[in-house]
This record gives sequence, structure tokens and C-alpha cells, in this order.
Amino acid sequence: MFEQLTGRLQTTLRKLRGSAKIDEKSFAEAARELRLALLEADVHFGVVKDLLASVKAKALEETVTRSLTPGQQVIKILNEELVGVLGGERQELKFAGAAPHVVLIVGLQGAGKTTTVGKLGARLRREGRSPLLVSVDVHRPAAREQLARFGETADLTVCESDSDDAVQRAKEAVREARRRGDDVVLVDTAGRLHVDEAMMQEAQAVAAAVQPERILYVCDSMVGQDAVQAASAFADALPVDGHILTKLDGDARGGAALSIAAVTGLPIYFAGVGEKIDDLEVFHPDRVASRILGMGDVLSLIEKVQDQVDLEVTEGLEKRARQGDLTLDDFRSQLQQIRKMGSMSKLLELLPGASSAPGLAQMAPDDAELKRIEAIINSMTRVERHKPRVINGSRRKRIAAGSGTSVQEVNRLLKRFAQSRKLMKKLNKKGRRNTPWANLPSF
Amino acid sequence: MASIFLRALTRSRDRLAEALAGLVPGRRADSATLDELEAALLGADIGPETAAELIDVVRDARAEDVRPALAAEMVRVLKSAEGPGADAATGPRVVLVVGVNGSGKTTTIAKLASFHQSRGDRVLIAAADTFRAAAVDQLRLWAERLGVDLIAQGSGGDPAAVAFDACQAAVARGSDVVLIDTAGRLHTQGNLMSELDKIRRVTQKVVPGGPHEVLLVLDGTTGQNGLRQAEEFLQSAGVTGLVLTKLDGTARGGVALTIARRVGLPIRFVGVGERDSDLVEFDAREYVEGLLGTEAAE
Ligand SMILES: Nc1nc2c(ncn2[C@@H]2O[C@H](COP(=O)(O)OP(=O)(O)OP(=O)(O)O)[C@@H](O)[C@H]2O)c(=O)[nH]1
Ligand SMILES: Nc1nc2c(ncn2[C@@H]2O[C@H](COP(=O)(O)OP(=O)(O)OP(=O)(O)O)[C@@H](O)[C@H]2O)c(=O)[nH]1
Ligand SMILES: [Mg+2]
Ligand SMILES: [Mg+2]
Repeated sequence: MFEQLTGRLQTTLRKLRGSAKIDEKSFAEAARELRLALLEADVHFGVVKDLLASVKAKALEETVTRSLTPGQQVIKILNEELVGVLGGERQELKFAGAAPHVVLIVGLQGAGKTTTVGKLGARLRREGRSPLLVSVDVHRPAAREQLARFGETADLTVCESDSDDAVQRAKEAVREARRRGDDVVLVDTAGRLHVDEAMMQEAQAVAAAVQPERILYVCDSMVGQDAVQAASAFADALPVDGHILTKLDGDARGGAALSIAAVTGLPIYFAGVGEKIDDLEVFHPDRVASRILGMGDVLSLIEKVQDQVDLEVTEGLEKRARQGDLTLDDFRSQLQQIRKMGSMSKLLELLPGASSAPGLAQMAPDDAELKRIEAIINSMTRVERHKPRVINGSRRKRIAAGSGTSVQEVNRLLKRFAQSRKLMKKLNKKGRRNTPWANLPSF
Repeated sequence: MASIFLRALTRSRDRLAEALAGLVPGRRADSATLDELEAALLGADIGPETAAELIDVVRDARAEDVRPALAAEMVRVLKSAEGPGADAATGPRVVLVVGVNGSGKTTTIAKLASFHQSRGDRVLIAAADTFRAAAVDQLRLWAERLGVDLIAQGSGGDPAAVAFDACQAAVARGSDVVLIDTAGRLHTQGNLMSELDKIRRVTQKVVPGGPHEVLLVLDGTTGQNGLRQAEEFLQSAGVTGLVLTKLDGTARGGVALTIARRVGLPIRFVGVGERDSDLVEFDAREYVEGLLGTEAAE
């Protein structure tokens, strides 16, 4: 599905290539595919609309940079937008008021609240704090036992209370924390629907009684369009401070994260990545953004192109290539750059036009082969690398032996090299755009 | 019954009803109305692909036909996935309940137990979630409340062994229905998924032809990931039908329609609350009525 989408997207985006600026019409085409990608990822349709509108405004303004195709440029802007909505830099949960700091954990049924309370407790203790856990879920069968069991396995203190009243249990826990000198109280509440008035009032009553410093809303990453309604209703009813996203260890694209961040404007602090006590991570907006887009490869490529391509090397090489003076040294440094950027097949997918040539990926050398090619070049002398003409039969044998390859492989490489040297000369004569791609060895 | 669906879905159908109300009789639906309609379908988690297909079906319809045509198509898709469940030739009917974490499996087991009890069946429950903290306690409390048999071992045990014991006990006691609760697992966890196959196999050893029904419990708030869940659980556990839970909120579970279309799995029950009585047998026409806020076409 995603592969298909990415494929379609690339086709559309390829059409954008070649124009120095993105225009309305070409953007509209790209936007259709991006909209589909975001909807498939469960981003709320209203949020999708807003996002694309602001991406459009930015895309139409920007001039396409030298090293990115206009299509990649659009994805880059969208990605920046997503990261921004998701909170930009990662957020840290800090406490400011007087101890004990009370943290109330709320959310829909089965979202992962109780498990998260256990995980948070373990995390806070690792940070040198002394957390006290309490369940005020007086509704679900064995909810309190569940938290107690978590306490036992992770050796966390769970407040025991005889009361069957949520407010009473919360109050007792705070009193207990004061007495024991615990500095954080984590309150696990029952799952509730945002439309269940009685239950929402119960949550408000608990909050009113213990005045939590933090109220965190737990959201299941598999949730679809309803994420918006639920999160905003909770934020309306309670002074929610931020979110925790659970079950990210699955393959849900996690559009819900974007939806809730967009409608509440609140940060996401943590991500749950499993059922065990240590399966809680700090939330990374950039990672989740690329997960939602489902174009992690494109994004990391864009990043790598910007960060890693050594322009100096590339520029000198371009000149030599134009003159037909490409050496095997250049060839090797190109190979090394490719390897830095990731696998050849991934790279090929991203090459403008490559996705329209079916089977190209199969024809491309895999990473093991790239390594062997590099080994062959490494076994050559400097003269051989600069004047491949001198490589005769006995030299070929020596190079093959030195690189642990065969004479056939050496032959193949030399032939390819000669071909690509010719091709480059031709391409550059035609005045092809100055992208790093123009310099990739053509196999 | 229709009223239960309507009530459950009332809060959620407003948008669709609004979109449908904008249609002027005699004319074709204009593109703004169709866009609204698409947004409403998307909002129900039907997914962009299925939504686009549904819109295509009604694109050229006269305005007054849009509503019934859309309803008829949705009913057709849902019905096309339906079929009779396998019956137990002899011995107890074994129902295996599977799904991702927190979708409502254990609560659904309690609801199903109550459902079968009310039909005079003798029910036995197997607590094969030996992993999650207090999962057995949760099920035991339900079993006690309902007065049904429960087979459980300590936590940390082998789920297949629990299922095996339960089936043997059911045969010995002459139970009519065995309901096997399993631990929540994400469909991406290969080893946990193959555990379900093991449970199936030991069940078959005791009760030939079992499990007769494998229910995937799908949280009604689930988005497009539901499709992946259905595909994977079908493959690993041989799912025969869905239970769509938590439809008492504002979510509509529209991904189930996409599952019916793409995977061919029917919805068997709908969960509309946390009590054991909050279970409704699925009815495609009523569900679509609730969703569209309209009389579904015959
Ligand atoms: N795979 C995975 N499972 C999780 C994660 N967080 C919680 N779970 C599981 O999700 C299920 C529900 O978790 P709970 O912590 O009981 O959820 P809850 O919100 O307290 O549920 P209620 O109290 O019934 O509303 C359990 O099976 C947990 O083990 C996570 O990050 N990843
Ligand atoms: N509102 C509502 N809540 C439900 C429904 N079904 C289940 N729940 C609640 O959802 C939460 C999770 O239900 P469980 O039955 O424990 O879910 P599970 O799938 O067994 O969870 P794990 O075993 O941890 O994977 C509980 O708080 C249930 O009360 C429903 O139809 N409506
Ligand atoms: Mg809980
Ligand atoms: Mg359970």
C-alpha cells in the first residue's frame, strides 16, 4: 500500500521536476497524493486540509534549491510542518511546584493508562525521584489489582486504600505521599468516554480534590479520526497539559498524534513502545513525522543530500566528467558517497525517473556488490586508477587476486566505467541540471 | 434493535446527515455536496480508498437517490462478507477471541458469556491471557459475577495449556460453549501471533473441528490500521468474524466496512458499553442506517 503510494507520489512529483518554482497546478497534483498519504495514516481530514494549505503557501513562495527536485522540496516543507505541529524539539516533562507533584493520567478505555503509570513510575525512579502510584479506577474489574501487580514486578510503591471512591483514593494517596516523603504521585484513572458526562465529572472531581500539577492524556496510536473529538473533549473538560502516545511498537502510522497535537496545541511527552515496564520513550516529533508521511527514506535522503554530499568533491568531479577525464578515483569517491547515503536500491527509488523504469532496482548492484567494486578499485595502483587504459591481462589478474574477486568482475567494472564515462560526457553536453544525481555512475 | 444502533451512533451520524440533507431533489449532487459526503465518510474511518469508491457509486445519481444508493452499496459490501458460522457437530462450540492490546477482548468474553447464558447455554471460559498483569483476576471477577465456569492457571503459564484444559473440562462437564480469552498482541509480533496457531491446534485435539469461531475484537476507534490487523489475524489465527467495540462513543468503526470489502470478514457483534449486557448482534442494514441517519434501502 505505502509502496504503491510512494510510487504514485513519485510519479506526480517527477512531473514537478525541471521547473525552478512550484506552481499552483503542479502543487495541486502533488497535494492530491499527499492528502491520500496523510488520510491513510489516519490524520484527521480537517487537519489534513489545514496542513496542505499552509504547505502550499510556503511551497509557492520558495525557490527550488539546487540539490532537491521540486517534489522533494514539497515533501521537505510538509515534513517541517509536521514536525512543527508535533512540537518541534522534543519536550521534557518538568515539575515546578511544591512536592509532592501530582500527575493525573486520563484517557479512553484501553488506551494504555495503567501500563503507562507503571512505566512512568519506573522512569521517574530512574531519574532519582520517589514516585507513589495509586489507582482510582473503581469501575473496571481488577483494575486496581493490575496496577498493584505492576508495582510488585517493578518494585514500585502502590498506595493501598480501602475506599471505593475515586476522589477519596486520590486524596489518601497524596496524604500518604506527604507522610512517606514521596515527591511524585501518579494517579491512574478509569477509562472513560469523552461523551460520558457522569464519568467526566468524576475525573473533574478527582482533579479538583488533588489539584494535579500535570494532567496527561493517553492516546492509542492506532486510533483514527475520532482522536480529535476525544482529545479535545478531554482538554475542554480538564486542564490537560500534554499527551502520551501508546502502542507505537506496532505498525500504525500514528496520524492520531498529529491530529491531537494540532487540535489541542499540546506537546506529546512520551511514546509507549511495548507492554513491559521499560517500554516508554521520550517522544521524538521528527521520527513520528516521517512515520506518518511513510516516506522515511525520502526524508532521510533529503537530509543526507543536504548534510553529506561533499559539494567540493562533486563540483571538481563534474568538471572532469564534462571533459571526459573521469578517473577511477572519482568513481570510488562516488561509490563511497552512495554508501554513506544508504543502500543503492533505496537511492534508485528516489532518483527522478527511476520509479518509472520497472526492474531498475533489480538491475542495480546491491550493497555487497558495491563493496566488491570498491575493493577492486582499492587493489589498483594510482596510475591504474587514473589511466585505466594501462590495465592489461596480467594487471587484471593481480587486481582480482588482491581484491578477492575474479578477473570477470574486474573486466565488468572496467567496461561499466568506460561506458559511464562516455555517458556522462554526453549527458553533460546536453546541459543536464546540476543535481548530485547527474554525477552518479550509471551502471 | 434498530434503536440501539441508532442510539449508539447518533452522536456520530450528524455530519453524514448534514451532508445528505444538502441534496436538492431532481438535480444531481453537486461537487460541494459530494465533497461533504466524502468528508463524512472519511470521518467515520472508512478510509480514503473506500470512501472514494462509495462516492463514485453515487456520483451520477439524482440528488434524492444519493442517500438510498449510498446506503444500499454499504449494506451490499457488508452483506457480501457475511456467511453462516461453523456449527459444532458434537461437543462444545469453541470460540477463540483475539485482538490487539486493549481492544476489549476480555469484556467481550463476559458479554458473550452473558449472551449465550441468556439462550440457555452452559458456558465455560478459558483464561488464556497468562501474560498481562491481573488479566486472570479481571476474567475471574466477570465469571463470578455471571456465574459461569472458569478454567485458569497461574499467571505466566502456557496459554495453549489453559485452552487445552478448558476444552477437556468443557467436554467432561458437558458445556455448550467454550470462550477462550487471549492476551492482547500486536499483529506485528510474529512469535505471539504463532502462539495463536498453537492454541488452535491444541483445541482441535480435544474438540474436532474447533475452534468453530475465531473473533477478532476490533476497537471501534481504530483507524486504517484495522485493515492490517484483520489481514494478519486472519492469516495467523484464522479469524472468522469481527466484534466492533466501543461504539457507544463518537467513533463509528468505518474501517470494518473496508475490512468487509478487502478481507471479506463479517462483523458479528457490536460492543456498546462496559456492562455484560452491552452487546448487540450485528445487522448490516441497521448499522448503515445508524451511520447515515437514514432508512437503508431494501
Ligand atoms: N504493545 C503495546 N501494548 C501496550 C502499550 N501500552 C499499553 N499496552 C497494552 O494495552 C493494553 C491496555 O493497557 P492498560 O494499561 O490496561 O490500558 P488502560 O488505559 O489502563 O485501560 P482501562 O483502564 O481499561 O481503560 C494492555 O494489554 C497493555 O499491556 C504499548 O505501548 N505497546
Ligand atoms: N465504552 C466501552 N468500553 C468498552 C467496551 N468494551 C470494552 N470496553 C472497555 O475497554 C477497556 C479494555 O477492555 P478489555 O476487555 O480489558 O480489553 P482487552 O482487549 O481484554 O485488553 P488486553 O487483554 O489488555 O489486551 C476496559 O476499560 C473495558 O471496560 C465497549 O463496548 N464500550
Ligand atoms: Mg487502566
Ligand atoms: Mg484482556
